[in-house]
Amino acid sequence: MTIAEQSAAVQPADVVTVTVDGIDVRVPKGMLIIRVAELMGIEIPRFCDHPLLDPVAACRMCLIEIEGNPKPQPACAIAVADGMVVRTQRTSEMAEQAQEGVMEFLLLNHPLDCPICDKGGECPLQNQAMSSGRGTSRFEGHKRTFEKPINMSAQILLDRERCVSCARCTRFAEQIAGDPMLELLERGAQQQVGIGPDAPFDSYFSGNTIQICPVGALTSSLYRFRARPFDLVSTPTTCEHCASGCSLRTDVRRGVVTRRLAWDDPEVNEEWNCDKGRFAFQYLDRGRVETPLVREAGALRVASWPEALDIAARGLAAARGRTAVLTGGRLTREDAYAYAKFARVALGTDDIDFRTRVSSDEESRFLASQVAGTPMGPTYADLDRAPVVLLVGLEPEDESPIIFLRLRRAARKNAVPVAVMSPVLTRGTEKMDARWIPCRAGGEAAALAGLAQSDPGLLAQLSTPGAVILVGERLAGVPGALSRAAALAASTGARLAWVPRRAGERGALDSGALAGLLPGGRPIGDPAARAEVAAVWRVSPDALPAAPGRQAPQVIDTVLADAERAQRDEPREYDALVVAGLELADDPRADDLRRALEDVPFLVAFATHHSEVTEHADVVLPVAVVSEKAGSFTDWEGRSKPFSAAIRGAQSVTDGRALAMLADALDVPMGTGEVAALRAELDALGRWGGPRTPAPDEPATPPAGGTALATWRLLLDRGRLQEDEPHLAATARPTEAVMSQETATALGLSGRATVVLTGDRGSVEVPLAIGEVAEGTVWAPMYSEGCDLQGIGLHHGAGVRVTGGAA
Amino acid sequence: MATPLTPVITAHWDVPDLFTLDGYRRTGGYRALPKALAMDPDAIIGTVKDTGLRGRGGAGFPTGLKWSFVPQGDGKPHYLVVNADESEPGACKDVPIMMANPHALIEGVIISSYAIRANHAFIYIRGEVPQAIRRVAAAVREAEQAGYIGTNILGSGFDLRVTVHSGAGAYICGEETALLDSLEGFRGQPRLKPPFPAVAGLYSVPTVVNNVETITNIPWIINNGVEWFRLFGTEKSPGFKVFAVSGHVVRPGIYEAPLGITMRELLEYAGGVREGGRVKFWIPGGSSVPMLNEDHLDTPLTYEAMAEAGTMLGTGTPMVFDDTISVVKSVTRWLEFYKHESCGKCTPCREGTYWITGMLERFEQGHGADADLDLLNEVCGHIMGRSFCALGDAAATPYPAAVQLFRDEFVSATRTPVDETFPPAAGYVFSAVGAR
Repeated sequence: MTIAEQSAAVQPADVVTVTVDGIDVRVPKGMLIIRVAELMGIEIPRFCDHPLLDPVAACRMCLIEIEGNPKPQPACAIAVADGMVVRTQRTSEMAEQAQEGVMEFLLLNHPLDCPICDKGGECPLQNQAMSSGRGTSRFEGHKRTFEKPINMSAQILLDRERCVSCARCTRFAEQIAGDPMLELLERGAQQQVGIGPDAPFDSYFSGNTIQICPVGALTSSLYRFRARPFDLVSTPTTCEHCASGCSLRTDVRRGVVTRRLAWDDPEVNEEWNCDKGRFAFQYLDRGRVETPLVREAGALRVASWPEALDIAARGLAAARGRTAVLTGGRLTREDAYAYAKFARVALGTDDIDFRTRVSSDEESRFLASQVAGTPMGPTYADLDRAPVVLLVGLEPEDESPIIFLRLRRAARKNAVPVAVMSPVLTRGTEKMDARWIPCRAGGEAAALAGLAQSDPGLLAQLSTPGAVILVGERLAGVPGALSRAAALAASTGARLAWVPRRAGERGALDSGALAGLLPGGRPIGDPAARAEVAAVWRVSPDALPAAPGRQAPQVIDTVLADAERAQRDEPREYDALVVAGLELADDPRADDLRRALEDVPFLVAFATHHSEVTEHADVVLPVAVVSEKAGSFTDWEGRSKPFSAAIRGAQSVTDGRALAMLADALDVPMGTGEVAALRAELDALGRWGGPRTPAPDEPATPPAGGTALATWRLLLDRGRLQEDEPHLAATARPTEAVMSQETATALGLSGRATVVLTGDRGSVEVPLAIGEVAEGTVWAPMYSEGCDLQGIGLHHGAGVRVTGGAA
Repeated sequence: MATPLTPVITAHWDVPDLFTLDGYRRTGGYRALPKALAMDPDAIIGTVKDTGLRGRGGAGFPTGLKWSFVPQGDGKPHYLVVNADESEPGACKDVPIMMANPHALIEGVIISSYAIRANHAFIYIRGEVPQAIRRVAAAVREAEQAGYIGTNILGSGFDLRVTVHSGAGAYICGEETALLDSLEGFRGQPRLKPPFPAVAGLYSVPTVVNNVETITNIPWIINNGVEWFRLFGTEKSPGFKVFAVSGHVVRPGIYEAPLGITMRELLEYAGGVREGGRVKFWIPGGSSVPMLNEDHLDTPLTYEAMAEAGTMLGTGTPMVFDDTISVVKSVTRWLEFYKHESCGKCTPCREGTYWITGMLERFEQGHGADADLDLLNEVCGHIMGRSFCALGDAAATPYPAAVQLFRDEFVSATRTPVDETFPPAAGYVFSAVGAR
């Protein structure tokens, strides 16, 4: 954007003319001098300044001359005024000398240990010392020293002697993350960043402080001493963890992903990301499936690609029309599309589902009517200025951290009212300055249906143009909730967005990896929709399944029923399953799914890693992890975030490519399966313009009596992609069951240290904590250390038996 | 003709129970309050403006002007904060005022709060003087019981709470915005200005921060009026001043006199330099202002004349040093103080005081480097005007003035430890002067 264009966008009254280094520019009123200079391409050195943090003017590196002012002034803290004449170090001796003086001060107590410092080579202090400093130091005294390093958390380490007290980290923690556990302590040259006793910097966003540290003071346990910046090959990528859609930079050293950073995407993650996205990547090259495997005499053995493809093709050919495909939520849009096409074209089935988590037919219809193939929006930018944002069944700090950061900023900077309908008043809700609308776990549908009576004020806010409703994954498990949310949006005119938890879910939905939906949100029952797809796929419309197939829960049911049918010598419904990216623990019926994988006669697994799933497979085809391939993820907004392979020349193949080879072996041509080809097909298909299926209209069933369980997956938990990250895991939130004092008293649990939560399939004993939780509800993390709730048959909204544990 | 002493604030300090409500009332206290409460608040601001009263904390900003910056009718609460964090080396006037006549301060607080429409005033007292804290707190309780503080004061409809707050031992909290941070419960570090406290101060609402002595002036101004006040002092420095004279003088202590009195006159009142000594150098108002020598003993102690002499009136608490004192050692002690008290927020002050102090300590030990004589000046120049707040400027002040007046002493300290040139025992104020 040029300066002229920016000026055109604002009213003339808001534009001022200033002179910087003799050049007149017209800029918006109130802009900081340092930003104006940036727009002009004039770089004023700085340390404490950061465009996303409030100015502090502490480092004094950006001193410049303002005509009429006898003293140099900090460019980072002074807004331009009409007629202001500014001279930077380029034209002002005063500014140049002031900057040189400050640089000499900064290096006084700095150890200058660049050769062994992680930041060396990409260090603002190093760079600016070269550009704005003296060649040599005149300081001959003793530098102050500190014990090094010290832990701010298990992950974040601090070398205090390198710190220049710019306060970026402390301001980030306080202003952006809302986790003010970092603070400057002591004074004078002894001033240092620190934490309180027994209060580590366990913020979900802690890693950002390392990235914005302008020196090497903050480092991570993960990356410390692992590489030099100039040994790294960097690639812009997209985070594969959640649906926030963060742009990342992936740094590869000799073919191994060594570091990941948040990359600047002003529309999405700005310059931040969460610690999972930053630090959880060891999984990429641990426990990988490296060659095709085939089952022989009950055991898996290594096989060549041709042999494995041949075996898989023969098995699947025999099961044509009697095969289901489960893809998990982690595939790229292109790979998910390849499965969607493969299922319909090569396997002749519509039994495909990307959801191996709590799901329902109601959700399926909700997605078909409200989400699949719809244009982008609402977006992050819409959250910034919304008249109100209502969150239902969504804990953004855990499930979509960048939404959390945006809402926190919107609330703090723009006074956007945020309302959270949830059984639990979480710290995340408090940090968004949000209004808590308590509702019993499983009572979300009833609470939404009753909103007109219970909260007419909120209803009026939602009726204001621009209002946004965000619904989360767990509403799929609450009958009627998604119907009521859609109805609320329809009646108020509020914009509705579905925030899935995994990066691949929206892309999978849009590209047709869900029974009943062809790519672009096309209903499979619509002949026109089928015709459009058949034309691009170059098949006869009649060759495509015409009726919606089975969704994941029905697939599992059917396989289990097949086992009984087989015992009665009746034909099976399914002779084969194709699975990809599947984790048993993700499914609320993990035991059933495990049995289904055992029982199905022929199982083909596309796998990146060895797992319980591959153990049951008859053919395992190894596929690429995200760092080895190009692709794209569609974030919750519906924004496509393409990326290329971080590791160049990786030998692994994408799911799409492997499927194309398998299709060839089945003698069903599907093209090359290359990412570019798949993308071109998706583009050619575009969005469905015909009639959409109506929104579901399930009634709100009142929640059952007894004690209800509220649960969701914490950001940092036992997820497969977080394996081998002990430092990250150590910053996870503790496992505990939270309930109100009243509930604890009513259940006779007062004074208990732990409680036992019991579901259909077992029980767990976890520490008890008292918090603000809706009456009759107990909250516990879904899949954290020592607490696998789905494994004992519990899900959000389920009834749970709570008994006293240890005193 | 010598300038007379003019005890106003200190007039009745010989009354033993002046610090009590009775004592203060017996000497005419709390008579300005009903008069002020009958006035329009804007009229009080106008009166204070007309007197030309300038802040007595060191910077000398016109008090009435400061009050007039507070936006009125803005629907926000306003606060008055009294800066009683007197910590400047050499300054000892606010603590005596609070000890001797706390009710005069409180009467000033009530009137000032009424003028700026503040219903809550805070008195932030240096934590190291618990006696003063206890005394002011007791006086506030007495004033509350007497109905001078509370709701509907003297039937005027004006409400006021007064909170006495103890500092925690940081010099930086004498800086007004750091004081506000500290008062709010945060670590005291100066805030970015603008916004100035008059617009967004304590808890982000309009706040006036005034020095103890400034506020203590107010009851007398209300009682006696603008013309009376302007009888004292000069056009640009009207009024009287509580001068606290310390150092090598025969009778160190508090001398209240009109602004414009000279150091020579104050010295006479203080009994002159102790026997056998002569003024080597003196500082008009705390270590943060440049030192002067004998040449300026006849310069009027006004804001403007001191500025013209290249220094500042500061807190108006002159320290006098005779020729038993090493200027190198004095400057080193002061810099050690600033290094210790630098809050750490900005680079020039944090690192500069560290550097300067190290160099000066080498001079003190007789190991000073010739090149450092000029380097010190340059480093001070890199701090002056570039630090975040005035503390950095203050730290950059002593050396340049000292080396200008006494360069030889610094040169000598490149070879000889200062304790050899200036045996410490000779400098002790309490020793016989003949010890040298």
